[in-house]
Amino acid sequence: MRNLTVWLFAALAAILPLSVMAETTEQVTSFTLDNGMQVVVIEDHRAPVVTHMVWYRAGSADERPGVSGVAHFLEHLLFKGTKTMEPGEFSSTVARNGGSDNAFTSYDYTAYFQRIAADRLDLVMGMEADRMVNLQLDESDIATERDVIIEERNQRVENSPGALFREQKGATQYLNHRYGVPIIGWRQEMEALDLEAALEFYEMYYAPNNAILVVAGDVTPEKVRGLAEKHYGVIPANPDLPERSRPQEPPQLAERRMTMRDARVSQPYVTRSYLAPERDSGAQQEAAALMLLAELLGGGQTSFLNERLQFDKQIAVQVGAWYSATSLDDTTFDLALVPAAGVSLQQAEDALDEALIAFLETGPDPDALERIKMQVRAEEIYDRDDAAGQARRYGRALTQGLTVKDVQAWPGILQDTTSEQIMQAARRVLDRSQSVTGWLMAPEVTQ
Amino acid sequence: MIRILLSLFLLVAALPARAEVDIKDVTTPGGLSAWLVEDHSIPFVALELRFRGGASLDAEGKRGATNLMVGLLEEGARDMDAQGFARARDALAAKFSYDVSDDAVAVSAQVLTENREAALDLLRASLSEPRFAPEALERVRQQVLSGLRSAQTDPRDLMSKAFDGLVFGDHPYGSQLEGTVESVEALSREDIIAAHERALTRERVYISAVGDITEEELGTLLDDLLGDLPQEAAPLPAEADLNLPGGIEVVPFQTPQSVAAFAQRGVDRDDPDFFAAFVLNHILGGGGFESRLMTEVREKRGLTYGVYSYLADKDAAQLWMGSVASANDRVAEAISVIRDQWARIRDEGVTAEELQDAKTYLTGAFPLRFEGNGPIASIAVGMQMNGLPLDYIANRNDMVNAVTLEQINRVARERLDPEALTFVVVGQPEGLDEQVN
Repeated sequence: MRNLTVWLFAALAAILPLSVMAETTEQVTSFTLDNGMQVVVIEDHRAPVVTHMVWYRAGSADERPGVSGVAHFLEHLLFKGTKTMEPGEFSSTVARNGGSDNAFTSYDYTAYFQRIAADRLDLVMGMEADRMVNLQLDESDIATERDVIIEERNQRVENSPGALFREQKGATQYLNHRYGVPIIGWRQEMEALDLEAALEFYEMYYAPNNAILVVAGDVTPEKVRGLAEKHYGVIPANPDLPERSRPQEPPQLAERRMTMRDARVSQPYVTRSYLAPERDSGAQQEAAALMLLAELLGGGQTSFLNERLQFDKQIAVQVGAWYSATSLDDTTFDLALVPAAGVSLQQAEDALDEALIAFLETGPDPDALERIKMQVRAEEIYDRDDAAGQARRYGRALTQGLTVKDVQAWPGILQDTTSEQIMQAARRVLDRSQSVTGWLMAPEVTQ
Repeated sequence: MIRILLSLFLLVAALPARAEVDIKDVTTPGGLSAWLVEDHSIPFVALELRFRGGASLDAEGKRGATNLMVGLLEEGARDMDAQGFARARDALAAKFSYDVSDDAVAVSAQVLTENREAALDLLRASLSEPRFAPEALERVRQQVLSGLRSAQTDPRDLMSKAFDGLVFGDHPYGSQLEGTVESVEALSREDIIAAHERALTRERVYISAVGDITEEELGTLLDDLLGDLPQEAAPLPAEADLNLPGGIEVVPFQTPQSVAAFAQRGVDRDDPDFFAAFVLNHILGGGGFESRLMTEVREKRGLTYGVYSYLADKDAAQLWMGSVASANDRVAEAISVIRDQWARIRDEGVTAEELQDAKTYLTGAFPLRFEGNGPIASIAVGMQMNGLPLDYIANRNDMVNAVTLEQINRVARERLDPEALTFVVVGQPEGLDEQVN
């Protein structure tokens, strides 16, 4: 609960689903309130249900150095009460109305949501608007909740060598950008998080002109506009909202490698990540090419790396490729390979590199590309079944530098991407001098 | 201000939204029964199949056979090898998933209206004509073994293994459905074929379909899809003998946070006290931040990120279960608070306000689950597995609302058993009095 969206690389088996790739264009309306709060409405009238989300353009990468984890800590503290609500009253009120609520934090955003009967939208909007500006915290809230986030870190990270490895990999990948710092925070900094740090983040970033409202389900744009003006429209914009510019990553010139050993590893694996461009507003072409490249290389049984390494050479038990297209700043293109029994990580890595070179020589199989594009088209149909999923997609995109128009253009751009464009992007990104290679393995046994 | 508005609101909002799902029980010309929700607004259909029995049908000494068999269903069928099958499926943008649990093999499909026939023919090939080719068998076997190796040093996997062994003993539930390295290494192609014949049968299948399809189309489609499967199935396992002696079993493992599972006897869905127990569990440790366990262990003391309890209703066993995770030096306190809360709610019962809040939540949340073809299909097939009637959706909230304070507190007294609450802890817990009674 109060989830942390763990970025990418979540499990080796998890290949980024194609649903990330497609957006529907119908059903969606967007407008902006006078105070700068952006609103997106996604209509689905099949069930009397609504998903109400508020997204802030502020995540862990917006934290100042030394207080890592404060964005996520504040997310927890937003359930603690306001000038007119008791601690816990927010969630208990939602529950007493048959709804559920939660929140999540990532590098570029923090989001709060409720799922509830459509006729209760007024209620949850009123409460969400209240805690945008009226949060009230005391020292005891801080102390207990800090213990909770440390247990959360224990559960998600400390108890999992794979998660510790991903943390190290992130820190190795980013020399200068805050994407190198874990969303949940470094443990020693989490232990020192205080009221002042939380309130500083809150006062700087929680304001209507830094927020996006997304409402999906059995609602009309007119209804949402009326309620949004009533609840959010009365909150003044923050005139001191800082411009969103974080320290950027310098060009990577030297290949980086890391080896991590942990006694809790009984299935070793190798990972490779490359610094890569992300989707930018009005310029999504290269990201579309990389998205298709990830599918072609590692998107399933018939992908290039699987055919070669799992089926032909039987080097790998599993191999995957994925690309996190939506990101405010430079992102990564990732590969991972779990070697077959008796195959060393060095052999696995060599085979992976050989296969990548072969791909760069032969290029995409046109039939494979056609199949992927068919799935992109189909996803526009399947997605209409999941209004809440669409709400998340718009919220993410709009907090990561894209517009509604960009989101709606994306399936078409994917569809129009050519083999040549994919190869161009592949040649630019799959360059070992801008990569991090990681080995996760058990400790050496000493006699 | 907000509070005044709220209380006014609650008065007018006492009636939660009703779940209105028009499910039809249809019988195909070939005699299969299925639940159908016709909704032509989006041109695809979600199809759910459940074959009762699942991994518990593994033959003696063949643990892991059903799991490996299910993993092979999409690895080659008819004249297609694994890649040929995947290419055909992807070209149609059909989505198939095959899964196995202790009690069922689950097959889910989402197919577009524009190529439904071809897509379901492909699904049929995977269910009725899988190849189980030796090279695919070896490849998927290696994947399963890789997973088993990972599980050997994963705290949660170690916890499940120890818990299942302690509580279920020799029953199929007492071992992991993936099998062991030894049992999986020993499985032959014949074992896989035998597992297929045992697990995928017409006699044990439950079906639901939701979306862009008519009753007539569905009938033809299902007869084609499942017509070639064997009718009769292997016998289901007997009811499990539960070993829940109370106390704490510790599995030592070097990791900073201890993970714990706990259980006592549960309540069967057919039991007249089931709904009272269900509401009681919600107040004790179900779902949200408001439960007593969450309030006491997390909100007040910060001992964990999450603590939950739930009624586990398996085909051959009913448990009242829970889980928690706390740092090694704090888990003893977390367990002590959980035991205290278990005893307190048994002895003192719940308040009228807690009961009312739980009812409002449970009845209000119920209709929210019916959002989208996929979720509705999944609920509909689950209802059939549980032997629930078609009108359950319409009546379920009335059954929740019928629970009285007297009944729920009697159920708490009679059913909750803190002395029998048995914990399995994996980690390096400090200050725990380890002893299985």
